[in-house]
Amino acid sequence: MTVRALVITAPGINCDLELAHAFREAGALVDTLPLLRLVRHPGLVDGFKLIGLPGGFSYGDDIAAGRVLATLMRKHLYAPFKECIERGCPIIAPCNGFQVAVQAGLLPGPYAGMNWPEEPTPPNLSLSINLEASFRDCWTPMEVPDNSRCIWTKGIDFSGPAGMLPCAHGEGRFVTSDPMLNHLDEAGQVALRYQEGFNFNGSSRRIAGICDQSGLVLGLMPHPERFTRWSQHPAWTRLDPELRTQAPPGLAMFRNAVEHARAVTV
Amino acid sequence: MVHRFEIHAASGHVDPVGESLARTLRQFDPDQAPTRVDHASVYLIKGDLSATQLDLIGRELLSDPVTERFELGASGQPSSASTIEVHPLPGVTDPAAESVQLAIKAILDLDVEVRTGDRFDLYGIDSASARALIESTCANPVVHDVHETPYVPQSFPHGTVRTFDVREVPLIGLGDSALESLSREAHLFLDLNEMKAIQTYYASAGREPREIELETLAQTWSEHCVHKTLKATIDYREVGSSSEVSIVESASSRPHHVAGASGVVRIENLLKATVAAATFELIDEGIDWCLSVFVDNAGIIAFDDHHAVCFKVETHNHPSAIEPYGGAATGIGGCIRDIMGTGLAARPIAATDVFCVARPDVAEVPTGCLHPSRVLRQVVAGVRDYGNRMGIPTVNGAVWFDDKYVGNPLVYCGCLGVMPRDAVEGSPQFGDRIIVIGGRTGRDGIHGATFSSAELTDSHADEFSHAVQIGNPIVEKAALDAILVMRDERGGCLFSAITDCGAGGFSSAVGEMGEQIGARVTLETAPLKYAGLTPTETWISEAQERMVLSVPAHNLERLAEICEEYQVEFSDIGEFGTENRELILLHEEQEIGRLPMEFLHDGVPMPTREAIWDPEWARETYHQIDVSKPSLSSEIAAGGTLLDETKLLLSHPNIASKAWIIRQYDHEVQGGSVVKPLVGPGEGGPSDAAVVRPILESSTGLAIGNGLATGLATEPYLMGLAAIDECVRNLVCVGADPERIAILDNFCWPGCDDPHWLGSLVRAAEACYDGAKAYRTPFISGKDSLNNQFTTESGDRIRIPPTLLISGMGIVEDSERSVTMDLKSKGNVLLLVGFTRHHLGGSHYAAVAGLVQGDLPRVDLVEGPRNARAVASVIREGLVHSAHDVSDGGLLVAVAEMAFAGDLGVQLDLNQVPVEDDVDQVERAFSETPSRYLLEISPKKLSAVRKLLGDAPSAVIGKIKDSGKLELVNNIDPCSCSLESLRIAWATGCNQAFGEDS
Repeated sequence: MTVRALVITAPGINCDLELAHAFREAGALVDTLPLLRLVRHPGLVDGFKLIGLPGGFSYGDDIAAGRVLATLMRKHLYAPFKECIERGCPIIAPCNGFQVAVQAGLLPGPYAGMNWPEEPTPPNLSLSINLEASFRDCWTPMEVPDNSRCIWTKGIDFSGPAGMLPCAHGEGRFVTSDPMLNHLDEAGQVALRYQEGFNFNGSSRRIAGICDQSGLVLGLMPHPERFTRWSQHPAWTRLDPELRTQAPPGLAMFRNAVEHARAVTV
Repeated sequence: MVHRFEIHAASGHVDPVGESLARTLRQFDPDQAPTRVDHASVYLIKGDLSATQLDLIGRELLSDPVTERFELGASGQPSSASTIEVHPLPGVTDPAAESVQLAIKAILDLDVEVRTGDRFDLYGIDSASARALIESTCANPVVHDVHETPYVPQSFPHGTVRTFDVREVPLIGLGDSALESLSREAHLFLDLNEMKAIQTYYASAGREPREIELETLAQTWSEHCVHKTLKATIDYREVGSSSEVSIVESASSRPHHVAGASGVVRIENLLKATVAAATFELIDEGIDWCLSVFVDNAGIIAFDDHHAVCFKVETHNHPSAIEPYGGAATGIGGCIRDIMGTGLAARPIAATDVFCVARPDVAEVPTGCLHPSRVLRQVVAGVRDYGNRMGIPTVNGAVWFDDKYVGNPLVYCGCLGVMPRDAVEGSPQFGDRIIVIGGRTGRDGIHGATFSSAELTDSHADEFSHAVQIGNPIVEKAALDAILVMRDERGGCLFSAITDCGAGGFSSAVGEMGEQIGARVTLETAPLKYAGLTPTETWISEAQERMVLSVPAHNLERLAEICEEYQVEFSDIGEFGTENRELILLHEEQEIGRLPMEFLHDGVPMPTREAIWDPEWARETYHQIDVSKPSLSSEIAAGGTLLDETKLLLSHPNIASKAWIIRQYDHEVQGGSVVKPLVGPGEGGPSDAAVVRPILESSTGLAIGNGLATGLATEPYLMGLAAIDECVRNLVCVGADPERIAILDNFCWPGCDDPHWLGSLVRAAEACYDGAKAYRTPFISGKDSLNNQFTTESGDRIRIPPTLLISGMGIVEDSERSVTMDLKSKGNVLLLVGFTRHHLGGSHYAAVAGLVQGDLPRVDLVEGPRNARAVASVIREGLVHSAHDVSDGGLLVAVAEMAFAGDLGVQLDLNQVPVEDDVDQVERAFSETPSRYLLEISPKKLSAVRKLLGDAPSAVIGKIKDSGKLELVNNIDPCSCSLESLRIAWATGCNQAFGEDS
């Protein structure tokens, strides 16, 4: 059974190719559509079982990362997205996608047992300028909290030399209130953390990615779509050949989601 | 009215921008630094907005509800702080303002006018010092207004609308000196011969030239566009003590070289006789993978059966000298557009950057020059902000330091692209519409082509500030997205040709595209950023982010749909094809210019130039050693070991880690990276070259590297060969096939007005011919910038060292077999391939030790290609665990880099180094003899490796151990040191000078 994935682009989005490729490698069929077509025809979203909001610098990120794209999404696409999540569609939003998702009301989503509100709520968490105030590209060791509800990172082992994901951003410092941090921790909505000692952007509680309470919607600063092949790893030439017979963590994440989408469809 | 918003960090939240600036200022000068800096973003919005609307804009659009707060109006000035505000000057591109306008239109459906700025509150210093600090770090009078109080304008200044009339410039009756002064005063930068050629043309046409025609000729005939020097006929001779390599003696075997009387060699079109000749001879000899060379915006080679790859490297030196951030950003932006405008559009896949700047501790920075550390930091920021936003990984580069770059820093920006093989060629068809896609035209960047061909003086920053621009990469990215959709349209490509608007603007783009069939342009149809441009300004403006397409009329409807959906503007500004192959310029139905394409493109007189090569003159004029500086030889003499010297070399800024630069670039975007700029378990070793996979579905890779040997500038022939050899070495070390390497030349010369400098240029070009032929690496594209000298207030000239960058790309058959330079396992051995010779001259050791003597390394054109092919054959068989070329700093530097990158020790015996005669220990350790490679081999495979290496000399010089040390054994002074001490020397050598954390 084929599942179709939607990748959304807009001016300044620039990680759409590798995101589409990752979905394809995991077994999905992919359509990449420009935002304006969806704004005009929101019903198009209904045909997809998976959605990706790629990274980049949407509309230049000149006011703040993701601000303009999120403003447009709140206005035009919140309702179709909400319906997608309600029908069980996994959504991934790496980097700029994460910055957009938190400002468009898609993350962290409603408390357990509550429904998605009809209108997007104002953002209550932020991906702020890195503490060093500079863009940084680095592969970063990750960990998945034991209680994570995220369907994307389920069962993925981030221990060992391959347990890294590439990061590349200037505004990725996860900031929110202490009660919200406690809530995310307790509700299993923290999907990924930077390992101790690798919190290069200064995020609260080393948070690299969060999900909604259903575990379907994943927003994260790292780029799992850039780790679907071993030769993308910075030290792949010295990794154990045995290890290289398994799927790299990034590809495993996309496979999780495609399998989930397939199961929902069946 | 104008509403002012300030966005501050919310209470309890950090202000990273303010804190970062405070850190930078403390590193500059701890005594003068403020105790604290607060930053606020300022937005000035002109429009009729209600209180509710203002609140919505402040809350939802401009500020982050968690970490920021907004304030309407100017917040009070803290009593202990001085407020400094930085705002872009009117007319300077302001991308944030454009974003806010777009968003307010989307949310409120209102048209407003926006300008932005930054407010800094500097605590504990007075206003004048605060202003000085801001001006020395983040404001440039060329593009910024600086205010000492919050800026609260009542309205925004606008350009005045000038009336336009078709102005004729009386020229026919002028004498020589009047022609020359006209050229200078009108910023045409044409020489007397060229002015006379124009005069002759108009005399025979029986009329005076119109202003726009003169401007068009000046742009099209500029050095930047026609490469008058490299294409000139040159009479070359050699004087003084005989050169090691004589062009005069070998003239008979060189194409388009004619030996004349008294030792003069006439070279018809230097470029054609050297760089291009090598390529065409190689093609004749059977190289069949060059698809397009020298004719398009980039050179194109075959990648696989379905795809081609292209490569272009540009310089953007003069704008970067005046406004490094904007200059570098628009440099990379322009080079990316070259790739977008190659064939029927290529998709950019990787970028490269090479910078040449003065050392940060340069003794004196002349008036009119920016401090080199500011130049380098802002150049890096410019490449970062443009390249990252375009989504193009910057994967390879270098920085070369020499104090003579103080007035003319060099900024080389390269870009590579991939395209379907059937999109390699395009040409405009008679009747096609001339379509402009992307940004609007403004007064920015007027006279860039002519400015880049002139020399800089201390007053240039004022006189030519309008030639400097700030780019808006998102406009270019949207244009790229739309163009690729048009190219890949199911029914076939929607356009028949495409090119970018670079130097010369529409004038060059339309003029070049229409060269064979003519073009008619209606200038009032070009969309403008603001009112007030004259048609001439519209025609020659070099405003960024514009592409020109030649589109059959029946495709316009579909093109319009695509542009609309991808949110990019387009306009129809005329038609290709005229009756008499003319360029016809119209403004509101009035003809304002008419030039035959033939005169425009072929009318420029190519003068005969005299070139002299005198080695004595070269040695006297350009010493690579500045003896006035304290040398480190005293330190070495005071009992240091070879390893102490190795550490000094590792911390030389040319050699030391560039991690602080590399980390600011997104070198992973597009997901194709295979060999990254930094490799090894802790990503702590410098890669020789990058490998990317342009097609994610395929494992075929493309290696990208460069060669630069400015230390040999006293003998440009040897410098050119060394650069080619280095480029090939770098590519081979990561796994490129030496039979599939294409290279590019970029000459940056101090000036060619003097026959001696032209002589040195000739020698570098001859090296390009000899090198390319010997290595079988065709040149596919190139560029030159030949006026890099700075005249100081007192009239002294600072000339850059002659600088030749060789950039290269090579096909990696199977990227899964790529090799990195970090040592992999203990028990393996280190094999050195290639002879080491008495080549300390021009080396980094010589520079550090203050030596002025020593032989310059000369590439052996038999050994070099042979060693490269031998090494590649061993790599291809999968027998190499790590490979590194021996390059800047020599053997011990290369071994140290491999060791700390792989976190493995090495026991090294210099006595084993392959030599032909009595090469001493220091030479073995630090000579920069080319054509040498270090390979990590399993001892079991040694005999297999030796067999593959054939005639290439090699020897096991070391054992890899888990010792954490680099040890020199069997030496007069056996010594060892920890990997950590070597790593620290390398990691911090270039960072400290630029105030970066290591």
